[in-house]
Amino acid sequence: MTVKFKIDGVSVEAAEGASVLDVARRYGFEIPSLCHHEAVTPYGACRLCLVEIAKGGRKKLTTCCNYEVLEGISVVTDTPEIRRHRAMVLELILAEAPDAEPVRRLAAEYGVRTTRFPAKPKGEAGEKRDCILCGLCVRVCSEIVEANALTFNGRGEKRGVGTPYHEASDQCIGCASCASVCPTGCIEVKDTADAREIWGRKFGVVRCESCGAPFMTEAHRDRAVADGPLPAEYFKTCPACKRKALSGRFAAVGA
Amino acid sequence: MGKIGSPKELQSYREGLAKKRSDSKKVVAVCCGTGCNASGARKVAAAFAEELEKQGLGEQVELRPTGCHGFCERGTLVLMHPEETLYQRVKPEDVAEIVSKTVAKGEVLEKHVYDDPVTGEKHVKEHEIPFYKHQNRLILGKNGAIDPTKIDDYVALGGYGALSKALSMGPERVLDEVKRANVRGRGGGGFPAGRKWETCRNAPADKRYVICNADEGDPGAFMDRSVLEGNPHAVIEGMIIGAYTVGSDEGYVYVRHEYPLAVERLTIALEQAREKGFLGKDILGTGFSFDIKINRGGGAFVCGESTALMTSIEGKVGEPRAKHIHTVVAGLWGKPTNLNNVETWANIPLVIEKGADWYTSIGTKGSPGTKIFSLVGKVNNTGLVEAPMGMTLRQIIFDIGGGIPKGGAFKAVQTGGPSGGCLPAEKLDIPVDFDTLVEQGSMMGSGGMIVMDDRTCMVDVAKYFLGFLKFESCGKCTTCREGTRRLHELVTEIAEGRGTPETIALIEELAETVKEGSLCALGTTAVNPVRSTLQFFRDEYLAHVNEKRCPAGVCKALITYEITDACTGCMVCKKRCPEGVISGDKKQKHVIDAKKCIKCGICRDVCKFDAVRVY
Ligand code: SF4
Ligand code: SF4
Ligand code: SF4
Ligand code: SF4
Ligand code: SF4
Ligand code: FES
Ligand code: FES
Repeated sequence: MTVKFKIDGVSVEAAEGASVLDVARRYGFEIPSLCHHEAVTPYGACRLCLVEIAKGGRKKLTTCCNYEVLEGISVVTDTPEIRRHRAMVLELILAEAPDAEPVRRLAAEYGVRTTRFPAKPKGEAGEKRDCILCGLCVRVCSEIVEANALTFNGRGEKRGVGTPYHEASDQCIGCASCASVCPTGCIEVKDTADAREIWGRKFGVVRCESCGAPFMTEAHRDRAVADGPLPAEYFKTCPACKRKALSGRFAAVGA
Repeated sequence: MGKIGSPKELQSYREGLAKKRSDSKKVVAVCCGTGCNASGARKVAAAFAEELEKQGLGEQVELRPTGCHGFCERGTLVLMHPEETLYQRVKPEDVAEIVSKTVAKGEVLEKHVYDDPVTGEKHVKEHEIPFYKHQNRLILGKNGAIDPTKIDDYVALGGYGALSKALSMGPERVLDEVKRANVRGRGGGGFPAGRKWETCRNAPADKRYVICNADEGDPGAFMDRSVLEGNPHAVIEGMIIGAYTVGSDEGYVYVRHEYPLAVERLTIALEQAREKGFLGKDILGTGFSFDIKINRGGGAFVCGESTALMTSIEGKVGEPRAKHIHTVVAGLWGKPTNLNNVETWANIPLVIEKGADWYTSIGTKGSPGTKIFSLVGKVNNTGLVEAPMGMTLRQIIFDIGGGIPKGGAFKAVQTGGPSGGCLPAEKLDIPVDFDTLVEQGSMMGSGGMIVMDDRTCMVDVAKYFLGFLKFESCGKCTTCREGTRRLHELVTEIAEGRGTPETIALIEELAETVKEGSLCALGTTAVNPVRSTLQFFRDEYLAHVNEKRCPAGVCKALITYEITDACTGCMVCKKRCPEGVISGDKKQKHVIDAKKCIKCGICRDVCKFDAVRVY
């Protein structure tokens, strides 16, 4: 079923179940977000995608990443009021994660260069203060990787994200999907010639039989093999070499 | 008797019970609610059992342990029927005399009779006591007449008659009745229950759930607990009627972890309702089936929020989610789910039994019926109060509550629990109903009512509640997690004398974003205490900011204790000061060493001559 509605006065169409944020972006409207990724369930944590939605004569401010499209609604993506709230949210995030470069960039777009709130103090070990608790890592790890290695712990201002009880997790396979999706790049991945360290655990790596480059962790490969359908042989060469081999074959056919 | 197989059988069963339970029979009802238990109610009840036996009255007099009567501060309460004599603060050692004189001979023992702290008058009968006189206890009133562990007590008073009636009416007419009665959800927002039921009923699905929210989390509030403990069948009956109406065969009661007695009573009640055939398969022979499970909450305040509560029942961490799609359409396990709170469910049997016209004749047009309030703070009579909607704050606080103790002056009342607003004396004459309270910047919430006197600092109050809310914020969304803690920081700055006019401006700016931007009601209402105090008590904030003064004498950083010429030199404060910083000889004016004083306020509290001043 397609649903028709309006964004900033423009008529748009989308499939039922799509989020207003995704549709708006597809049509080229700019709405900021820090906790959204099309591949995982919306969460509504950062509150940056605040827009105004009119439904049946009633207008209200709401986040749109978790708002499913509805026939006849009218979305306004930018008003002075919306900008004011987004700027305030950015001020809050900036104080919470002063070391997060992408947040600073986004904040600057909203004219926020400093925050009136005292910045979160540096940790004892001088850890960076750059996690914004968007939960993308948690959702990717559970919904895409299906490893369920990450979780939130603590509530309110004590909330944090990581492996349960901060112990090295048996569930983690070292795929680093969490790190790649993290909007502030705050998940540390240490890759060396023969190991990867992430979330306090060290993984052996698999090297490509063809080019010799490490391309996945052993744990990741073992799980991939166990979950099927590809045989262990498949994981002997890296994706890049596989592509090369494949295109080589086509080249031979073409000749 | 086992299962009751039809409405007719229920009728004759009830008649049988009623015969045994004549109005002239002597009953000693001992309140065994959580409040009275804390003051030894179980021992009192045991003593009655023993004494009645010993004095040969065991046969003629029924001993009935009941749920809360609402006046817990006077516990243990003992109510004697048919005279309706109420004894208060009864101790086990008083029982022998009560049995031999009052129960056996009808003599009234003055020392146990209620004495009004305001007028000094004594009132023997329950309904004469001002605290009770001005109430309309549709729901709570039954607590005194029922032993919650005996379903027969409930049935004898007409219990499950509404269910029987509903089953004969058919779901459409029941729904219509609930809609016409305009029963509004007692758990917070006051959303019309009938509309919720209708949406749930009409949502296409193969399965629907009903839930009773008993996750009462407001500090000091215990209306849901008292109803569940004192009259669990009213809640169960309401839920069965609701389930029948929306087409559900499975229900949950989500009870707060801290309510063991409620869980115990509810478990017994469910068991007995099943035995009698009010729950389970083929209820009263109508083919309708429904049962209820108990789910014990983890204790997080946010689990009272409907979506968080449902995720919690599903076995996950209770965390709110956006409600763009309502839970009545997709709730528990994605199925249409009708959630109401304890008090709302307890209203349903009344509506069906007596009809919408009767129900709407109580309360106001927009908010029919009664509401139970937990009246606490600086008020003479504290406890659970059930009043018709539309009663004014003044009537509740002064007529029922007996006003402010020790000649203090009323300053504010916070309605709606920790995230309610604080209303000043000018608002005392507003009618208390769902809409008026919201219009005034507060809310009904679940019915918390905290009265504050002139010794209360409103900046301190805002600070306190923000502290509570930031602690209870689940931390999922930025505006609430970061917003409440920043608001708390800012208000603390003012309380500690570090505030500037910009601090106030920033609080107002931030509060707006927290209100508009937060994911669930915890965040959107968390700003009420600070916003309402800024609105109604701005001068007090300004005194803190501009003059570095706390007019109510509360904020420690801004106050000084001093002994005035009224001092008689009685030396009491000198002895009691924990820091030993008061000096002075007998019959001489005493002096406080301001530099070493920690501002604990003890000297002011103990001085009988009102000679300690704080400024
Ligand atoms: S690296 Fe570990 S924690 Fe991160 S997504 Fe992969 S399995 Fe999950
Ligand atoms: S680690 Fe990154 S992805 Fe995970 S919650 Fe923090 S900011 Fe978001
Ligand atoms: S408003 Fe507060 S309690 Fe509600 S989801 Fe957001 S952080 Fe959690
Ligand atoms: S208690 Fe009061 S009257 Fe007695 S010494 Fe202290 S200030 Fe003076
Ligand atoms: S306020 Fe406390 S510390 Fe100060 S003088 Fe009085 S009793 Fe002593
Ligand atoms: S993107 Fe919508 S709340 Fe974060
Ligand atoms: S518990 Fe006895 S009156 Fe409340």
